[in-house]
Amino acid sequence: MAALLAVDNLHVHLGEAHVLQGISFEVPEGGVTALLGRNGVGKTTTLRALLGLVDRRGRVELEGVDISRTATHKIVRHGVGYVPEDRDVFAGLTVDENLRLAERDAEPQYALVYDLFPELKARGKQLAGTLSGGQQQMVAIARALLNRNRVLLVDEPTKGLAPLLVTEVARVLERVSELTTVLLVEQNLGVVAQVARDVVVLDTGRVVHIGPAKELLADKPMVHRLLGVGRA
Amino acid sequence: MSTVVLLTITGLGLGAMYFLIASGLSLIYGLMGVLNFAHGAFLTVGAYGAWYVESKLGGVAVLPRFLIAALAGLVIGGVFAALVELVLIRPLYKRHIEQVLVTVGLGLSASALVVAIWGNDARPVAAPTWLGNTTTVAGAHIPNDRWVEILTAVVVLIGLNTFLRRTRYGLIIRAGVENRAMVTALGIDVRQAFTLVFAIGGIAAAIAGVLSSVYFGTVDPARGTSLLIFAFIVVVIGGLGSLRGTAIAAVVVALVQQYANYYASSGLGDLSVVLLLGIVLLLRPGGLSRSFA
Repeated sequence: MAALLAVDNLHVHLGEAHVLQGISFEVPEGGVTALLGRNGVGKTTTLRALLGLVDRRGRVELEGVDISRTATHKIVRHGVGYVPEDRDVFAGLTVDENLRLAERDAEPQYALVYDLFPELKARGKQLAGTLSGGQQQMVAIARALLNRNRVLLVDEPTKGLAPLLVTEVARVLERVSELTTVLLVEQNLGVVAQVARDVVVLDTGRVVHIGPAKELLADKPMVHRLLGVGRA
Repeated sequence: MSTVVLLTITGLGLGAMYFLIASGLSLIYGLMGVLNFAHGAFLTVGAYGAWYVESKLGGVAVLPRFLIAALAGLVIGGVFAALVELVLIRPLYKRHIEQVLVTVGLGLSASALVVAIWGNDARPVAAPTWLGNTTTVAGAHIPNDRWVEILTAVVVLIGLNTFLRRTRYGLIIRAGVENRAMVTALGIDVRQAFTLVFAIGGIAAAIAGVLSSVYFGTVDPARGTSLLIFAFIVVVIGGLGSLRGTAIAAVVVALVQQYANYYASSGLGDLSVVLLLGIVLLLRPGGLSRSFA
């Protein structure tokens, strides 16, 4: 399967910390690739580095085009959507304004967004800062879905959500993965099992495993060793 | 009663000027995190630009001459501010200390350049006679230029508010004040917004420059710097990045200054403003804008 996103020898230093130590992996076109690992191993930093939101060394290619030195806004305009950890909605703007700000295409996909999140239409005039955590997560995902992206970078979309909402987000991710490629950072292995085809596992800033999601999740000792989850 | 009316309306006129200088400063810091110590230079450049153009329009009647000169001052102030952002600030985006030093240097250089060209002395400004007359309100004789300052500040406040609420660039600026990185992550080149905010700040400061030249009757190379101090106080009290906070703080600061100077002692007005700043910082470190979010 052709690589949509190719990362080669990516290094990131944050202050004194060498957070990413030469990671290399590929994201094949279509479906969901999950980026896994314990807390603090560099998963969020990886997504931010792909977008150029942190200084990085190494090579990143999108559809064969080198974007290693490309400014963030241009990377996004090449078709990279981003759903950040902690949502990062603009609290002082209304829901409608948050969505309008995210418009890039000549015909934004409001029909898709409101089909997935009908509540956002009803709450269009409400300030985003007054929404619940789950509603803010809907806004964060909706912003990325408004435009036709080649790949979506999604960072822990179920973090802090109630179980019912986690199920809802997983359903949305499944639907979205039919439309575009997704690179997903997620701690909830149930969601990973439901949506991911491939996994890349990080440990202390290095890639330690790449392979099919089903294989990894079926191997409990490996899951415990790599992710510190469950019993050996 | 007439004293109270006089103090209040002239205070509002002074507050209008503070708002005009401080509004751009607040937006610039709120969006870009740049403490622009050169903002007073925008006022000086705008004021001197207007004065210079006015001095070259000898054959034109006073009112149109004043208006043309004022417009020229605004354009000069706005273009100057935009160029400052493009040439000096943009190369230093991630280097905050160097940014501050550059703006301090520019502020000093601009004043020095004006002195070198036109000397240290204040130069008289020709303005329509009506501005120098007074209008009587409740027994108080209010200089007419105060009404112009208040009206101008209200128009600018409404205009800025409309721009921020109704235009895409306004949306970008409001979002950028909250989270600049996320705006970039939505595919938006915030650098254009930066230049625009600087230009807006420059125009607003130039308006203050033109109005201050009418208020004081002269243009003065040191005026930008002296008014900048109060602009910073207003911005901090009002809350960085908050237009509404800046407007309210400008009125409060000016009124406190006017009343303290009259009822306490001349000169105590400045001290009162500094005390007010200290009180606000102790009780509300984020400024008044938290109250009016």
